[in-house]
Amino acid sequence: MRPRPILLFATLSGALLLCGACSIQPWVKPYERDRLADPIMAWDRDAISNAYLDHIRESREGSRGATGGAGGGCGCN
Amino acid sequence: MDRRHIVARAAVIAALLLVRSTIADVLPDNRADVFYSKYSGGGMDITGYSATARAKITENFAVEANYFIDKVSGASVDVLSQASVIKDTRKQKSGTLEYLHDKTTYTASYMSSVERDYKSDTASFSLSQSMFGDLTTVTLGFANTHNTVGENNGTANDPNVAWLGHALTRAYSGGLSQIITKNFIAGVNLQVITDAGYLANPYRSVRFLDGSARGYGLASQVYPDTHTSTAVQVQAKYYLPYRAAVTGLYRYFSDTWGVVGNTYELDYTHPIANKWIFEGRARYYKQTAATFYSDLFPFANSQNFTARDQNLAALDNITLGAKVTYAFLPDGWKFFKRGTVTGDVSRIRFNYKDFRDTRDFGVIEGFAPGDEPLYNFSAMVYQLYVSMFF
Amino acid sequence: MIRSSTLLKRCAMAAIVVASTAFAASSDASGPAPAFTLTTLGGQPSGLSAYKGQVVMVNFWATWCGPCQQEMPLLDQMYKKYKPAGFTLIGVNVDKEAPAVKELLTRKPVSFPVLLDPANQVSKAYHVDEMPSSVIIDRKGQIRYIHRGYKPGDENDYQDRIRQLIRE
Repeated sequence: MRPRPILLFATLSGALLLCGACSIQPWVKPYERDRLADPIMAWDRDAISNAYLDHIRESREGSRGATGGAGGGCGCN
Repeated sequence: MDRRHIVARAAVIAALLLVRSTIADVLPDNRADVFYSKYSGGGMDITGYSATARAKITENFAVEANYFIDKVSGASVDVLSQASVIKDTRKQKSGTLEYLHDKTTYTASYMSSVERDYKSDTASFSLSQSMFGDLTTVTLGFANTHNTVGENNGTANDPNVAWLGHALTRAYSGGLSQIITKNFIAGVNLQVITDAGYLANPYRSVRFLDGSARGYGLASQVYPDTHTSTAVQVQAKYYLPYRAAVTGLYRYFSDTWGVVGNTYELDYTHPIANKWIFEGRARYYKQTAATFYSDLFPFANSQNFTARDQNLAALDNITLGAKVTYAFLPDGWKFFKRGTVTGDVSRIRFNYKDFRDTRDFGVIEGFAPGDEPLYNFSAMVYQLYVSMFF
Repeated sequence: MIRSSTLLKRCAMAAIVVASTAFAASSDASGPAPAFTLTTLGGQPSGLSAYKGQVVMVNFWATWCGPCQQEMPLLDQMYKKYKPAGFTLIGVNVDKEAPAVKELLTRKPVSFPVLLDPANQVSKAYHVDEMPSSVIIDRKGQIRYIHRGYKPGDENDYQDRIRQLIRE
């Protein structure tokens, strides 16, 4: 299986990165991020624990990968 | 279950750890965790201890170090040829560097894992970019792992390890996270992993009908020397008005060995003031067997590739878990900003569709090969950790 | 066929848009500072008009914003230092609910006035596009600088701008 999906993804990301020049205005303003900044809205509030659970599952299942999350939070600075 | 897979997968974990807890724009808070874990099920007991610390050296540069040790004891149900109990200790250490520049976070990490009959080294790198008014985060990552696989031909107390081969794993990952509304964030992850080399578990054997007294003979597994897999996960988190969060995720997995896996998970997080956070999780996982997997082959050498590893069987499992975090220092003390203690308990029930329990169900007990009951077991996973933020 | 002048214009536009979406610490700004009236934690109304003739820094902050918390003590020091020279600092808090603000200010008090903007009207009027944001207004009520975000060391930048405006 050739890594074609990753090529598509990289292209999309590249397009998005270049599209910094597209003037889409953020629809959630920085001062409206209070809920997203709440620790309960973090993808990985306890990264070590989540990594351990993934470790347990990958040791006993045939699947692996694509877990975890990034982004969100207060968007400060 | 065997240690082999703990480590083989650990490489992937290292790569995944890079995608975790990246909130572009500000490096995460300084934190130290002391962690205890215990897995008990399927005849295996694994106790783990870990210490992690991360700190910002400057506003833009952070380092993290982790040390993990786990001890296994038990007898796995699919280790047919060995009656001896497995007893081993694995030591893992990792170090990570994070650099934030404007809206981009660069992360580099190295992990090394050593046990008596398995060594693994992983180097990984990832990049996380925040854009569109910090509503979107794009992450790209790459990890390279080198494993050295051995087999202990002695006993637990008097080992004799023969090194059998090497395996190389490369993981390519991409992630996109998007804030949809002020209450709602969603994301998608893609990861393609390819391995090459010695990929089988030397402790597991296949069985085939041979007309003997037992009814079957044993042979070594024969795995392909390449493996490529693709996983896509979609996830979403929603903030409920009374201050709680609900998370849903779905992951699709497919590989060149014929395994197709579907994961569904739902989490609910409920805080109380600044002191307590309660979390409940429910997960359902289902997979199809690998094409070269069989619980019982019709005769010796019936296929080019043969496997009887539990992990490649057709199975499903259900997990129910609960987690409680208590902030014993909600507003800090001296230079600590916050201190919490967390307890987490999960129960996982495994059901195999085409893997049979041969331990106590043989010809003597009246079961012909292939008629033994399908295997199932429950495992309990406990975690206890103290986290100090500073 | 695109004429070179149009192409140049479009390139310049694109460059400006890219530059404006890129992170800029302190940038020159212009225009009259929108007037506003908000309430203090104690419920008293107050606004920009109360500080006419002074150099004003309006700092937009929130209890959930890490860098905001980091700069607060430094802003407090700066306020105490330059107040006698005709400078004032107004902390506009954007939290949706007051209790968290009160709790934080009780634990870590500041001496500059804090006004509450839970409906985010003032944040919108000032086009706040980064947290924290500091808008520096001259004695004539004109916006002169906007500082987005906070990194340690930025307080020196604030002080330079303030001193410059005080001398005017």
